[in-house]
Amino acid sequence: MIPGEFEYHAASTLDEALGLLATHAEAKILAGGQSLIPAMRFRLAQPPILIDINTVPNLEYVREENGHLAIGALTRETMLEESTLVQSKYHLLADGARTVADPIVRNRATVGGNLAHADPANDHPAVMLAYGATVIARSAKGERQIPIDGFFVDIFTTALRHDEMLTEIRIPTPGAGCGGAYLKLERKVGDYAISAVAVQLALDGRTCKDIRIGLTNVSPVPMRAKGAEAALRGQAITPEALEAAGQAAAAECEPNADLRGSVEYKRDLTRVLVKRAVKRAAERANAA
Amino acid sequence: MMTMSKHTLTMTVNGQKVTREISSRLLLAHFLREDLALTGTHIGCDTSSCGACTVILNGKAVKSCTMFAVQAAGGTVETIEGLANGALHPLQEGFWEKHGLQCGYCTPGMIMSAKHLLDKNPAPTEDQIRWAISGNLCRCTGYVKIVEAIQYAAGKLQAQALASQAQAQDQAKKEAA
Repeated sequence: MIPGEFEYHAASTLDEALGLLATHAEAKILAGGQSLIPAMRFRLAQPPILIDINTVPNLEYVREENGHLAIGALTRETMLEESTLVQSKYHLLADGARTVADPIVRNRATVGGNLAHADPANDHPAVMLAYGATVIARSAKGERQIPIDGFFVDIFTTALRHDEMLTEIRIPTPGAGCGGAYLKLERKVGDYAISAVAVQLALDGRTCKDIRIGLTNVSPVPMRAKGAEAALRGQAITPEALEAAGQAAAAECEPNADLRGSVEYKRDLTRVLVKRAVKRAAERANAA
Repeated sequence: MMTMSKHTLTMTVNGQKVTREISSRLLLAHFLREDLALTGTHIGCDTSSCGACTVILNGKAVKSCTMFAVQAAGGTVETIEGLANGALHPLQEGFWEKHGLQCGYCTPGMIMSAKHLLDKNPAPTEDQIRWAISGNLCRCTGYVKIVEAIQYAAGKLQAQALASQAQAQDQAKKEAA
């Protein structure tokens, strides 16, 4: 189908994009467009003004600095797939990036867009929740750091103000004994998750010192499985502890019944994926 | 900087510079098919799932139904129509030789994805081929012959590259003698 009419601006600099956002309350940022354009084609989104940031330089980067991995908002998923730094040191992120849509979509789709769009079916929200990442938001008035736990406010709604743009995401660099994993079940390549689980943990010998678990597409707002985390934090990772964590996650998520499955199926799938993702994260932590 | 819903758009398509007046909301797929009459790029879904609309923009495979034409301003687009150069491109030849198509609807998108793969990775494994085309859906073939067609093309392109390398070395020897 054909989108509604809109005014199109290709911003040449970040300041230009931010200036336009400040002046036009109803403007939307166009990054990869791989979520926004399909929504516009169904007229689910009808922004009167689009600010294209693909023409803004210096927004695509992946680099370690100051104890964190800094990812520019416009970084394409393919860039994460091809980054040896990400593949070798940030396994949860590498896992997540590979499962976004399909390889062609990933050539355009951006990490920043995936987060700012705040679709609970998107993959990066759960990944960043598990990492305890920080979002950098810029506006014409300055810069703000938004911890990821406060970033997803409601369905398709983030803590970004109308005049703010997500410019960078920061993932704390994992230390020794840390590991992560993202496990997603989808009906076919390119589909959204039936359920998916993101885990980042720190081991102390056999004990789980700390753990964060993010869930994809089983709640209206991207969520942490805090009950599951509590079942594992400070515990040895035994089959019993894993089952307890899985059951907690199954109970605390809020899936919708749809073509991808019933509520009961999605809850139980979440239970299983939590167990498997924690196991894989622990294996990677031991190898690290 | 102007605010516009109509634009004068210039880009290079299959080596030819083109300029047209277009609307912001015109999708790249519609621009190629309707403004440029390049109907080899197909539209197979409304959900950005099928990949029948795949073209190569600035060296990367993209779904042309999920981009606005205006976003390709100043860029370089390759479509299926640009592949043959007197003779069939090895990918086209491969799809012929290995029966890599039945109805042909997914084929242009499939070939452009494959071209992007071979441009980046001239000797892909079968797993890498299947991964690279996982954004292109085919309802007819079951993908087996598509994979064989791409393997055929990879082989032929490598042989061509070796042959021109050998030719260049011979030439250098002659000039040195």
